[in-house]
Amino acid sequence: MSTVETATAIDPFHVEIHDDQIAELRRRIAATRWPSKELVDDRSQGVQLAALKALADYWTNDYDFGRLEERLNDLPQFTTEIDGVDVHFIHVRSQHEDALPLVMTHGWPGSVIELLDSIGPLTDPTAHGGKAEDAFHLVLPSLPGYGFSGEPTEVGWYTGRVAQAWAELMHRLGYTRYVAQGGDQGAAVTDDMAHQGPDGLIAVHMNLLRAALGNTSNLPSQSDEEKAALEEIGTFRTSGFGYFLEQTTRPQTIGYALLDSPIALAGWMLDHDTDSYYKIARAFVDGQPTGGLTRDHVLDNITLYWLTATGASAARSYWEGGRATALAAGKAPPAVTIPVGFTTFPGEIFRAPRSWAETLYPTLVYFNKAEKGGHFAAWEEPEIFAQELRGAFSSLRNGRSS
Amino acid sequence: MSTTAETATGIRQFEAEISEEKIDDLRRRVAETRWPSKELVDDATQGVQLATLKALADYWTGEYDFGRLEERLNALPQYMTTIDGVDVHFIHVRSEHENALPLIITHGWPGSVIEMLDVIGPLTDPTAHGGTAEEAFDLVIPSIPGYGFSSEPTEVGWDSGRIASAWAELMSRLGYTTYVAQGGDQGAGVTDAMGRQAPDGLVGVHFNFLDAIPKELLTAALTPRIFTHAEREQLGKVAGVFMRGYISEMGEHPQTIGYSLLDSPIGLAGWMLDHDADSYSKISKAFLEGEQTGNLSRDNVLDNITLYWVTGTGASTSRIYWETGRAATASFKNPPPHMMLPAAYTVFPDELFQAPRHWVKHAYHHLEYYNEAPKGGHFAAWEEPEIFSQEMRAAFAPLRNGRSS
Repeated sequence: MSTVETATAIDPFHVEIHDDQIAELRRRIAATRWPSKELVDDRSQGVQLAALKALADYWTNDYDFGRLEERLNDLPQFTTEIDGVDVHFIHVRSQHEDALPLVMTHGWPGSVIELLDSIGPLTDPTAHGGKAEDAFHLVLPSLPGYGFSGEPTEVGWYTGRVAQAWAELMHRLGYTRYVAQGGDQGAAVTDDMAHQGPDGLIAVHMNLLRAALGNTSNLPSQSDEEKAALEEIGTFRTSGFGYFLEQTTRPQTIGYALLDSPIALAGWMLDHDTDSYYKIARAFVDGQPTGGLTRDHVLDNITLYWLTATGASAARSYWEGGRATALAAGKAPPAVTIPVGFTTFPGEIFRAPRSWAETLYPTLVYFNKAEKGGHFAAWEEPEIFAQELRGAFSSLRNGRSS
Repeated sequence: MSTTAETATGIRQFEAEISEEKIDDLRRRVAETRWPSKELVDDATQGVQLATLKALADYWTGEYDFGRLEERLNALPQYMTTIDGVDVHFIHVRSEHENALPLIITHGWPGSVIEMLDVIGPLTDPTAHGGTAEEAFDLVIPSIPGYGFSSEPTEVGWDSGRIASAWAELMSRLGYTTYVAQGGDQGAGVTDAMGRQAPDGLVGVHFNFLDAIPKELLTAALTPRIFTHAEREQLGKVAGVFMRGYISEMGEHPQTIGYSLLDSPIGLAGWMLDHDADSYSKISKAFLEGEQTGNLSRDNVLDNITLYWVTGTGASTSRIYWETGRAATASFKNPPPHMMLPAAYTVFPDELFQAPRHWVKHAYHHLEYYNEAPKGGHFAAWEEPEIFSQEMRAAFAPLRNGRSS
């Protein structure tokens, strides 16, 4: 039936950004009304004036606004309507036929932009120090309400519903055996996928232990590592937790500024965690990027949020998270029965010890501490990140061929 | 006395001047607002609703008289004096009644002296507002450093305690040797600190918000069972106050939200409207249905938001939450002295929480006056100036008697 065909159709997608949108953005940045300088010499009052002024300067004078369109349109992009939302995704098939299909989910304040530099190493490993057997077919969807995906027009799009949409997406793409990966909000989506256990999903990997951010009461707290992780979570919750609370409770309120002021948007997005903030601030103030967190990359992501005007809709995903947590109170999700891999990056909000990953995922088959990288692991250290995915999923490939 | 000293403690007259360009720029920005999509709920559970803020924007650009703010302020005697390195703006209205009691009232966030303008008449000129000459006050209404026309602190440390010391200095400069103090919201924090510092001349304090955390509340957090159902409900409300995004954001990262508040008038208006559910629903109704509650009219609300915008104080006003957080952490180790002065408290029914008498009594041992007002919410003076004034008269009456005896 043509109706059904239409509803599950996958359409090629190209990004088109109009010159007047860019001109308007430039004009607003130039017209920014700045506050006075913070009264401290560090991040303890938030994003520093010098960092944001350097960003504004680079954005209007040096940044190439054509980059974003070019980078995205160089890749095979598609949209498909799932559960009432147009899902935008990048789909890069490896030339290696036996490649393992992998759906990777970005987080906030990220987007598919975070994951672009891991596409090469993951889909074309032989060109990036890997072997043909390490190859992945890669699916990178934009979360509903983020980037070029449509905004949900009703409540209920919590990560569990996104997880179901991703299972449907992988099914539509014809993948019957695949793995999933995520950090940040993407870790929540991936965790939900693991609990739901859709047909075809054989394993997951995460680089944020998201459940521990909400509740550590059931986690071991004796070892030095465990104590340190608890302390790091405590620090996160008292040093810039406002964005989390505001987006979880009042996404619409903060949405007004995020839609109306590019500098407000940039400030809000830079203020995620201490480690990534200082790395990004250093890139703008001193021109010294850390790994892939370059000025251009950071601005690709912020420009994407601005042009797609998704500040409010992206913030709503936190509200959905809060609502889902409240609704699920006391109800344990079905146990995860598929293999789980986890990598702790040293600059992450907290360095999850193996004992925590094991407690939350009894089917943990891979745990590693990466040598470098922070919250935006794939973005900052795409090679190390890709290496982790190869390591985490290699045993499943063996299982596949045996 | 040397001229230098005179200058340092001098009191200058002040008039608000708001340039045409500032107003034009504001109008242009409001008109060019890039709006988000509508919230996905039919109530305020995702924050300030699009329809409310669009109605506000319409009224702001289409009907609001931008001359009002300057006119209202300049109709009053305003002054500026430099205290502890900050230029303090204040309104000072002396009553025509000889024995008026001097009273310093401190506004809060997202308020300003605008909240207090409609109590000036009833408090300084009671005979024209249903009171007696013996109920008159000489009124001092300062702008907190970083708010309105006061200048911004250029160093950290301007917490409630430091503001309280500045207010004592202000009252001394004005020649007041016997006076009382009042505050709600952040103003309650300042007034609480004044009461504990007990500067010469301060004889009593009144609050319409419980800033002090009574020991009983802390105990309660640990052993909720000892509380009645009604008290647990209040405790829940208290806890809810601190689980608010705006408090966390302004308390931890005031600079970050500052960029929004300086650059987007609608970002500023949304942030300011989102203070508490009661005042939001009242203000929302004023804009959507033209039905105002008390004096929370569209014009009054926009006077306050416009003041924040034209003075560019979104970041500096937020920093007081950061200071408060820092001070609270410090006071955990070094608790402040007890309040030995007579204290008075009025519970407004729509305030964030309705502190029972014994909570207040635990915080302020010399609680001499406690009353439940029939109407009004968080912005009590603004919303119900007559009731608020009546409370001031009643609360401070015993102190006047003491004075004349």
